[in-house]
Amino acid sequence: MTERKYEKVAYYPGCALEGTGHAYNRSTKAVGNALGLKLDEVKNWNCCGAMEVKNIDPKVQTYLSSRVMSIAANEMGHDVVMAPCNGCYHNLKKAEYDLENDGDSKEVVGRLSTKAGHETYEAGQIETIHALDWIKDGIGEEGLKAKVKNSLQGVKIANYYGCMYTRPRHIFPEKDRGEGSESTSEPHFMDDLLEAAGAENVDFPLKTACCGGAHTLSDSDMSTKLVLNILEAAEASGADVIATECPTCHSGLEMHQIRAEKTLGRKTNVKILYFTQLLGMALGLSAKKVGVHENVSDSRGFLKERRLG
Amino acid sequence: MPIHEQSLIRPENIKTQENLVIDGIDVSGHWSTFIESRVVTDYNEAMEEEIAALPGGEFIHRCWQCGSCTNSCTVNAVNPEFNPRYWIYLIRTGMEAELLRDKDIIWQCVSCNKCTYACPRDVAPEGVMKATAHWLEMKGHTEKSPSMHFDEVFADQVIKRGKIEETSIIRRFFKRTGQPLKQDWLIQMARNIVMKMPVGLMQRMGLAMVLKPRTSNWSKSRAALEDYVQECEQQQRKALGLSNGKQS
Repeated sequence: MTERKYEKVAYYPGCALEGTGHAYNRSTKAVGNALGLKLDEVKNWNCCGAMEVKNIDPKVQTYLSSRVMSIAANEMGHDVVMAPCNGCYHNLKKAEYDLENDGDSKEVVGRLSTKAGHETYEAGQIETIHALDWIKDGIGEEGLKAKVKNSLQGVKIANYYGCMYTRPRHIFPEKDRGEGSESTSEPHFMDDLLEAAGAENVDFPLKTACCGGAHTLSDSDMSTKLVLNILEAAEASGADVIATECPTCHSGLEMHQIRAEKTLGRKTNVKILYFTQLLGMALGLSAKKVGVHENVSDSRGFLKERRLG
Repeated sequence: MPIHEQSLIRPENIKTQENLVIDGIDVSGHWSTFIESRVVTDYNEAMEEEIAALPGGEFIHRCWQCGSCTNSCTVNAVNPEFNPRYWIYLIRTGMEAELLRDKDIIWQCVSCNKCTYACPRDVAPEGVMKATAHWLEMKGHTEKSPSMHFDEVFADQVIKRGKIEETSIIRRFFKRTGQPLKQDWLIQMARNIVMKMPVGLMQRMGLAMVLKPRTSNWSKSRAALEDYVQECEQQQRKALGLSNGKQS
């Protein structure tokens, strides 16, 4: 048998997936298992710097991401690293771009890596992919369809991609390349996968709107307004569920759904689930196996009603 | 979509005489309306260069004022006073006093990068917003913003340990900004989590709070990063003409 694309990749879960986003970690691994895609966790990884460290200094963030890629490429011999978190994915992509195109970044990362005593990451050593690429290009819609045991038929989904998956455009050179590639203006990989699992995607205008995740605690009123916009737009589109692919967006939506109700008196009922949770249940895994009980918002009643999980 | 703009004519500069007769003609009320002329003499000619010297501000000189940034801005849609195009104009023309009128909202940029996506000149306005907020703080025009406090608490933990633990970041941030942890919505959230949480996961999270996740063999990375951050800080202070005295 020939080796499939992405059959075994380095896995960079990141800090959020060990904390508030644990359900995403659990469901990603469970889906990988069910699909025969192997994950090899990056050894002794560090934080990518999220949205915060770049505001102290962008090159610190470049170094942090480069160390992760250096371990995956030089110590573990991988040529692909998969990051399910938009923040991690974005930062690794950005580091790749800067190391390729900016001499100063290259110089600083080289200096810091030498001082830290590990091999310097060189641009081009490894390809960074998102969990969406991993399943879309590793299994594909047809492959997925063949494995669906419990179709998501009748579940109306608003697919929410957030900011970091598509912006800014220049750090994603593989996107906007025509058929088969992801679009930065109208992303569709998550739509494609969930449709293959039987779901009905609604026409959702705020796919790449911002949830205010960078200021979720430091400017909560702003975040609550932005999240409420997204939740209300999803409901107006007729969605039962918002599917997410980023732990920061996901917990932002959950947190500010509660906060909007408590501080603005605006209640929304749309459920919030990771796309890997939905896919996992379509593949016949239980709600527990994909960590539905670890979400802040409670979708268990809804899932039971729809005979999922 | 229309480009949201703000009027440069401020209500306090519009003068109307209630009772006015000129050459025997009654021009009371709106007939006598005039706009007080605006004279700017205190240009800050160093401002653009200083902001360009801070990370993110490098490409401000490329701007040709098309307004795509403001048009696409997430925060502008919530608050029309939030206007990146206008601020870039003020910075480039040295109108510091005008910029300072908005000093307390510039930090609110949410880094969604819609502006950077839309910008035809690769100004990277998101970076300019961060550099401007940073400049305002370094020059002492504003207090440290809640966002900067959060960034510092976060970066501090990453540099020290290599990894972060979310609950301790939240606790430290709330303490630093003097916010109570007992807020209705936070309590509700904690309740939602605890109600469904299996004992195993609760133990794991509790353990993480005590043991604090960290990257092993991190000490050399930590030392290298600490040196580098200090070096950057000194360079930035120099570029802004500030003494190199230690700040808290």
